[in-house]
Amino acid sequence: MNNDLALLSWTIFLPTAAAAVLGVGFRDENPNSIRAMRWFTAGVTFVTMILSFLIYQRFDPAQAGMQLVSVKSWIPSWNVEYRLGVDGISMPLILLTTVITFLSALASWSITRQVRGYMILFLLLETGMLGVFMALDFFLFYVFWEVMLLPMYFLIGIWGGPRREYAAIKFFLYTLAGGVLMLIAMLMFYFNSGNNFNLVELAEMARAGTVFSREMQIIAFVLLFIGFAIKLPSFPFHTWLPDAHVEAPTPISMILAGVLLKMGGYGILRIAMPLCPYGTQVAAYALVAIGAFSIIYGAFAALAQTDFKRLVAYSSVSHMGYVLIGMAVWKIGEGGELIGRDYWNMGINGAMFQMLAHGVSSAGMFFMVGVVYDRVHHRDLNQFGGLMQKMPLYSGFAIVLFFAGLGLPGLCGFIGEVFVVLSSWNYSPLLAIIAASGVILTAAYILWTIQRVYLGPEYRGPHPEALSEMNEREFSVAFTLSALAVVLGIVPNTMFRLMENTTDQLTRTMQQGYEATREEPAVELSLTQESPFPALPNR
Amino acid sequence: MTVTQLLDRFISVDLLRSLEIFCPELILSATVVLLLLCRMIGVDRRIPACWIALAGSLAAFLGVVVQLRFMQSPGLELPSDFFGWAIGGAVRGLAALFHLTEEGVGTPGPYFTGLMMHDALAVMFRLGLLLLLVLTLSLTVLTGLPDQEDGADFYTLLLGAVVGMLMATGVNHLLMLFLSIEMMSVPSYAMVGYLKGRRQSSEAALKFVVYGAGSAGVMLYGLSLLAGLFGTANFHEFAARFTVAMAGEPFSLTSGVVILTLLGVAMLFVGIAFKLSLVPFHFWCPDAFEGASAEVAGFLSIASKAAVFGALLRFATAFTGDGESIRQLTSYLGVGLAVVGAASMTLGNLAAYTQSNLKRMLAYSTIAHAGYMVLAVAAMMVFRSAAPGGLLGSRDPLQESVLAVEGLIYYLAVYLFMNLMAFAAVAFIRNETYREDIDACRGLITGNFWTQLVCVALLLSFASLIGIPPLGGFFAKFLIFRSIFVAGYLHPVLWGVLAIAGLNTVISLFYYFRVMRAVFILPRAENQRPLEMPGVVAAYSVIIALPIFLLGASPLQARLSETARAISASLFY
Repeated sequence: MNNDLALLSWTIFLPTAAAAVLGVGFRDENPNSIRAMRWFTAGVTFVTMILSFLIYQRFDPAQAGMQLVSVKSWIPSWNVEYRLGVDGISMPLILLTTVITFLSALASWSITRQVRGYMILFLLLETGMLGVFMALDFFLFYVFWEVMLLPMYFLIGIWGGPRREYAAIKFFLYTLAGGVLMLIAMLMFYFNSGNNFNLVELAEMARAGTVFSREMQIIAFVLLFIGFAIKLPSFPFHTWLPDAHVEAPTPISMILAGVLLKMGGYGILRIAMPLCPYGTQVAAYALVAIGAFSIIYGAFAALAQTDFKRLVAYSSVSHMGYVLIGMAVWKIGEGGELIGRDYWNMGINGAMFQMLAHGVSSAGMFFMVGVVYDRVHHRDLNQFGGLMQKMPLYSGFAIVLFFAGLGLPGLCGFIGEVFVVLSSWNYSPLLAIIAASGVILTAAYILWTIQRVYLGPEYRGPHPEALSEMNEREFSVAFTLSALAVVLGIVPNTMFRLMENTTDQLTRTMQQGYEATREEPAVELSLTQESPFPALPNR
Repeated sequence: MTVTQLLDRFISVDLLRSLEIFCPELILSATVVLLLLCRMIGVDRRIPACWIALAGSLAAFLGVVVQLRFMQSPGLELPSDFFGWAIGGAVRGLAALFHLTEEGVGTPGPYFTGLMMHDALAVMFRLGLLLLLVLTLSLTVLTGLPDQEDGADFYTLLLGAVVGMLMATGVNHLLMLFLSIEMMSVPSYAMVGYLKGRRQSSEAALKFVVYGAGSAGVMLYGLSLLAGLFGTANFHEFAARFTVAMAGEPFSLTSGVVILTLLGVAMLFVGIAFKLSLVPFHFWCPDAFEGASAEVAGFLSIASKAAVFGALLRFATAFTGDGESIRQLTSYLGVGLAVVGAASMTLGNLAAYTQSNLKRMLAYSTIAHAGYMVLAVAAMMVFRSAAPGGLLGSRDPLQESVLAVEGLIYYLAVYLFMNLMAFAAVAFIRNETYREDIDACRGLITGNFWTQLVCVALLLSFASLIGIPPLGGFFAKFLIFRSIFVAGYLHPVLWGVLAIAGLNTVISLFYYFRVMRAVFILPRAENQRPLEMPGVVAAYSVIIALPIFLLGASPLQARLSETARAISASLFY
């Protein structure tokens, strides 16, 4: 038990410790020490990745609930605990996080000024991300969630593109606003559950259905959903994303697209849904509709872009729409009974897989944009063309990753989209048709992009002399991402195996929670109802 | 009892204990006398005044530590290892030095014939104030604020103001409330105008004096109304006298007693709101802070707030009790305070946005923070107005008010460090660049390693002022928001206030991060060289900034939270 605590804590805080070493150990910035700092950071992220594999090794996919749970008291007077754990929903995302972070550390060679500060913030960011995926205490979750704000603000604001300050403050503002809404929802649960922050116990109370009233669940769900939808991002709250992605330096774009967006989906699955089953059910149709709209909207917006990076950014909005649909295809009959639980399971599994696939493919796409941007220093789609002749190896990998984003069978993007669309047919054929038609638009913008950038007779844009083939470091990043895209596409069960049991349990408990809450008479439970649990002991 | 009898009794029974409890104030007063004497006989040329002041305030600080130790537990529960033995020995040694006894300072209760109150709350607030005094003194030594000639004057004023503040934390009588607030105000006026050569400084001091005198007058009038109405000026008799004065009438705004009470309390609040710089009595604050030196502004923004919050807590709890009419009065006052708090934070945050002077911006920021903090008092009042078994159900309203005050104490503890850091950074920047506007901060991060450390410390302070985890400011805000949320079940207006407070947190991001943007993102202006701050400045910043982090992400949080709860419980039980 103690061992688990050490393993999980080291995984989270090793990057922080390394950041402290960087802060004190490497004072001056000469070429030698910059090289040392880069390799040091890459090494630390690699070790973190190995640690996450150790977690994976200890993880038992056959079990549904939380595993490796480790607790340490933090603020006992307020029932706040340092409680970590892993289940089928967080395990794949932890692996994704450490892998993508390691690859972006390798992609960080393009950062040439203030390297020390960059590396410190980069490592702090990893701590925040891993903490979010492992925290089982609402307060701790919130702390890790917000810990990422400051590093991200500075990473975009200092090392970003021309409009970096605007993009950075916009990102900060959106996330902070979402955070405040989450804080209020957190207070609602804390008060109504008798001062409890334990996410597992809160979910259990929601399942029992007597603690959280219907009105409260609806309000809390809306607050939480807005907080997470900002991060996801889904349609009305997405406007920070194109700015942040475009202005951020390449490795940070990779992390934003590959990991940070997943936290929105993870938050919905870990907190918003299990804690408010009734609220989720009430909002389900709206969620699916928002998801379908995001798909179409993001795809059309991507079609209209001339900036390469902006196009990839809008494709993220479109792809994350599938995640939202997959999670919310919870169909109930007249009497509140669940119709087609297998479809819902499939939808959630598909959403989870879509998150992983998007993590790989969009990080890959951003990396590919970054490689060519480092050489020619522009991203105007209309000035590209003919890269295939100059950089055949690069173009080959790029096309694999773009096709993975398109959802070509045999690559990772396909599995998630197909699962989600299939499951949504059971929920609402109309929305399923809309979601499916998004695939055509996706194909359109991806193929058009490939045509404009890689095909064509010759490159006519600025700096044609700089177009050299990828070096070994870039090659290894591109190769790893492409290999992941292929492997996930051919043997998706490596990931489904991990999550199946947990999603099955999730849908089961949520249905129970919904039925229990639905049957409660309305008068007895209202927002102003007292909590059935005693107040804090007087000290 | 005649005056002679009272005096006899006081001298025979109460005097020794009172003097023991009063020891920190006495030490500070003795230091003031010593400072002036040294100057008279010219010793201050050999021993700089700052060291005498520092030694005196450290002695006072240790005296309070001993008081706290005796107060905390009857039998000094210490671990039986070497450290426990060492601490126990040190406490006993200090106690002997200051002539403190466990019977004297260990028992809470009124002293000086009931004019003052001795309890854990007072001791803890004094501890915090003296810690701040020590830190401010070190800061002035670092930045060299008063020169050799004026050192004695400046430290006399500073220590004198602190004596008033220490007294304010223990007031139990309307007269003492007025006296202590005036005692801290008068030296502050002079300190604001201390930069004699600068017109702006004198103007600021004048504005401060005029406002201060006006609000003191209003306060005195309110005080006389209350004392006349109730026939007493002792806090703990107010609730009972109010019930008697109501004589069973229902609570309504047409009743003369209610109108008089509300008027008196409102006028008294004017004086308190002036010291807390709450809207609409905040106008002096930006001008005074802009004119004063950053060290003085930082000290005033924290110390006078903390001291007056201590007094406000005592005054506010005086109007709580059992009985229908007093409950309604408490509820009125609580909701009124909450509205004032909401207005304060909104105005403070919005006005701060347009400022280009760092001190002015921070002045508006302190107005906003006073708004957050007063919400805790408002929540406490609302809880005290609840009848047991009402809307809060099984929750004990008294316990909830303890938690609300705990939030305030935690907030003040974090605020001490984060606001002091912000003002200290302004002072450091001023010493290097001779400027105090946001543009002076441009590209600060390009300086040497020590400058970079100061930048990071400033970042921690600002992020904590916004309330971003894992910093102390977040947890403090969380506690206050929680109390307001729970109080919303009793009075839904507070839910609206909570929404405003949440919105304000987001708004405040803008102006704090305008500075952060200048420090970290913008390049240094062409003609400016990178800054080279000395290492000792960085060390000071680290010492101040570390608690901001520790109080937000370490087991220390639990310790402070428990201590704060025990202290606030001493106010109610």
